[in-house]
Amino acid sequence: MADRAQPLGLWSGLFATALVLAVTLGTLGAVAFRAEGVLRLQPSDWAAIRFTVVQAALSALISVALAIPLARALARRRFAGRRVLVTLLGAPFILPVIVAVLGLLAVFGRNGLVSVALGWIGLGPVQIYGLHGVVLAHVFFNMPLATRLILQGWLAIPAERLRLGASLGFTPRDMFRTLELPMLRATVPGALVVIFLICTSSFAVALALGGGPRATTVELAIYQAFRFDFDLSKAAALALVQFAIGATAAALAYRIALPSGIGSGLDRQPRHWGIGHWALRVQDGVVILFAAAFLLTPLLMIVLKGAPGLFSLPQSVLLAAMRSVLVALASAILTLLVALPMALLIQRSRGAARGLIETAGYLTISASPLVLGTGLFILIFPFADPFLLALPVTALVNALMALPFVLRAILPALRDTEADFGRLADSLALTGMARLRLLILPRLRRPLGFAAGLSAALSMGDLGVVALFADPARATLPLQLYRLMAAYRMDDAAAAALLLLAASLALFWLFDRGGRMHADT
Amino acid sequence: MKYPIIAAGLFAFGVTAEAQDIPVLSVMTYDSFVSDWGPGPQIEAAFEATCGCDLQLIGAGDGAALLARLRLEGARTKADVVLGLDTNLTAAATATGLFAEHGRTGDAFDLPVVWDDPVFLPYDWGYFAFVYDKTRVATPPASFRELADSELKIVIQDPRSSTPGLGLLLWVEAAFGDKAGAIWAGLADNILTVTKGWSEAYGLFLDGEADMVLSYTTSPAYHLIAEDDAGKAAAAFAEGHYMQIEVAAKLATTDQPDLADAFLDFMLSDSFQAIIPTTNWMYPAITPEGGLPQGFETLISPDTALLFPADEAALVRDSALQTWLTALSR
Repeated sequence: MADRAQPLGLWSGLFATALVLAVTLGTLGAVAFRAEGVLRLQPSDWAAIRFTVVQAALSALISVALAIPLARALARRRFAGRRVLVTLLGAPFILPVIVAVLGLLAVFGRNGLVSVALGWIGLGPVQIYGLHGVVLAHVFFNMPLATRLILQGWLAIPAERLRLGASLGFTPRDMFRTLELPMLRATVPGALVVIFLICTSSFAVALALGGGPRATTVELAIYQAFRFDFDLSKAAALALVQFAIGATAAALAYRIALPSGIGSGLDRQPRHWGIGHWALRVQDGVVILFAAAFLLTPLLMIVLKGAPGLFSLPQSVLLAAMRSVLVALASAILTLLVALPMALLIQRSRGAARGLIETAGYLTISASPLVLGTGLFILIFPFADPFLLALPVTALVNALMALPFVLRAILPALRDTEADFGRLADSLALTGMARLRLLILPRLRRPLGFAAGLSAALSMGDLGVVALFADPARATLPLQLYRLMAAYRMDDAAAAALLLLAASLALFWLFDRGGRMHADT
Repeated sequence: MKYPIIAAGLFAFGVTAEAQDIPVLSVMTYDSFVSDWGPGPQIEAAFEATCGCDLQLIGAGDGAALLARLRLEGARTKADVVLGLDTNLTAAATATGLFAEHGRTGDAFDLPVVWDDPVFLPYDWGYFAFVYDKTRVATPPASFRELADSELKIVIQDPRSSTPGLGLLLWVEAAFGDKAGAIWAGLADNILTVTKGWSEAYGLFLDGEADMVLSYTTSPAYHLIAEDDAGKAAAAFAEGHYMQIEVAAKLATTDQPDLADAFLDFMLSDSFQAIIPTTNWMYPAITPEGGLPQGFETLISPDTALLFPADEAALVRDSALQTWLTALSR
């Protein structure tokens, strides 16, 4: 495939990749360059590395293991509220950490719903603090993302294959083996990696639910090196360790993942046969109910807590919300501008080059937000006032942070498009912009919409990366939320959290829906 | 809904245009100081009314992030004054050589300790304390040992990422010295969890997740004055309470030395000091003429004030952290 003419392939793709590398490794280099002294990793750092890898691996495995039955249930069942549920699945993932943790604890904490219910039947409160609490929180954050990524795969199985399977008398088990397993083989490794990577840079969640200093992650060690000791060389070294963990995971996934090779169809609405058995119905129903309860109850608690203050929020919070929406829109557009050329470049590359570019695409998520922000600051400060660039830099960094998810969503679809229609397009000499406009963009509409929505929503909730750039006069909504909390105004903060949740979901829904226009599902 | 943005844009433009005519004083401080709910807006208005200048408050994270940012900017910084470091950071800050001496004498500070730092001037202070809800905890512990022996659950902040967290570390160190490790071991089963920052911890406490939270003796004043809720109180500990003194200093590289001095004068004047108690929720460094706001008299006032001098604080910090990590990682 590599020798085929591709639209917009080489240069824009290389440029996008270079941008990603500049922002990730370049900022790390800038921090290392400013460092004085030599690096030394202590036993406590190794303990942090161990804890980071263990909790991230557990979180990724459990999230994906739970997401597979949920995605399957959602793919083959139609029920009232399904669409809303699928949209709400985006919610936990985009919440600011502090909001999600408080929502989660309102359900699973010592004083939470579950503990209260247990109290009625004479049992003690849930013990949430510890490694299991960290994993629970990460599953809450990431299982929905895994579900969406895997659901994309399920929906991409052509209706014709399902029909063929049915006419051959496939049992659900046969269906799984011949159609679903290859699809999972293509999508699951990528989902595992992105979740693993998100969890490696976790810090506030791990600490708050880990119950103490045992739950130290690499990111906390970076934080300590930077703020407590102002030891830039150590911060840079630890950030490099974090990259190494991430790159290893990405490379591993790249080796495991296989293109599904199911073949193409005519894009009819998929219909599932042989799933009418009552046991299967009950199974899917239970899966959906449990997942919905697990994911939506904490969200409901956030809504209940924030609702009373929602209409009395100060104007500055509303202004901040508008600013955040603008940044989110810019960031969604930027993500697509970077991701699409990069995906096309990956698609046309082969072998080691392909693996390297794909790994580069993952790097942004394993970048330490603190090191990235500091590196950007060091790079920009000599030339411009970081405050003037606060919002553009926020949009750019958020766009790059969303890149791994976006690539995850686009790449399998792009691969299938080229496999299914590439030869036809070649025979028609469809190249360059025409190929992009007539073939690729229409085929990628659904993943692109999902990707843009994800990027916008992620950007709404982000705070971490650009704290050094945060301009007090142009604060974003998450920053205002933290300020309200710092000023003891927890009720206003709860209302701001609800506003954030609603705005992020609205953006996500708009893009996601826009992407699905004219598509049947 | 477009208009506020346009208005904000015009406003920002207006300020820039105006700034060319009058001198600009940049004060770098922590983010919650400049927020709409902090002292920033009132202080900016009050100073600009007299200085004939444009006061620009620049927010940069919290106290520790502030110093880190200043170190990154180095001598090229545009800031004229830095406001918001505390005594745990002043030794490191002085060592950067970026700050100038204030040259003041004879200020009558209302601090529990003597202040003679030639570089940094205090603007407010407070005591760390464990805050509880009177409706849930009837008899609060009166010492660290009583707390360790109790069944109460506390939430604290990580000293590696949070200023109050570091304050607690030094509090236990100052009160118990060699026995700090044993105290931490005793407290281990009381510590529900450790959070990244103050906001998470205080949020957990208000949600009823923990019985007590590490905060300040002045925290109950917020609930009393702003929310009319007299239900929160700080537990007075027999060992004494560790202090936080927040300070400001002029940068050696300032191109507005006179204006910077004028700001430090203003900082110690009644108009600044009177804004502090109900916006920053700390004690003013010099009690203004009108006294403290009503409600502050209900707060506990510790008999013993604990504080490591700036240079010592820097020295004990690392070993205290090791003690803490060892005791709690078991």
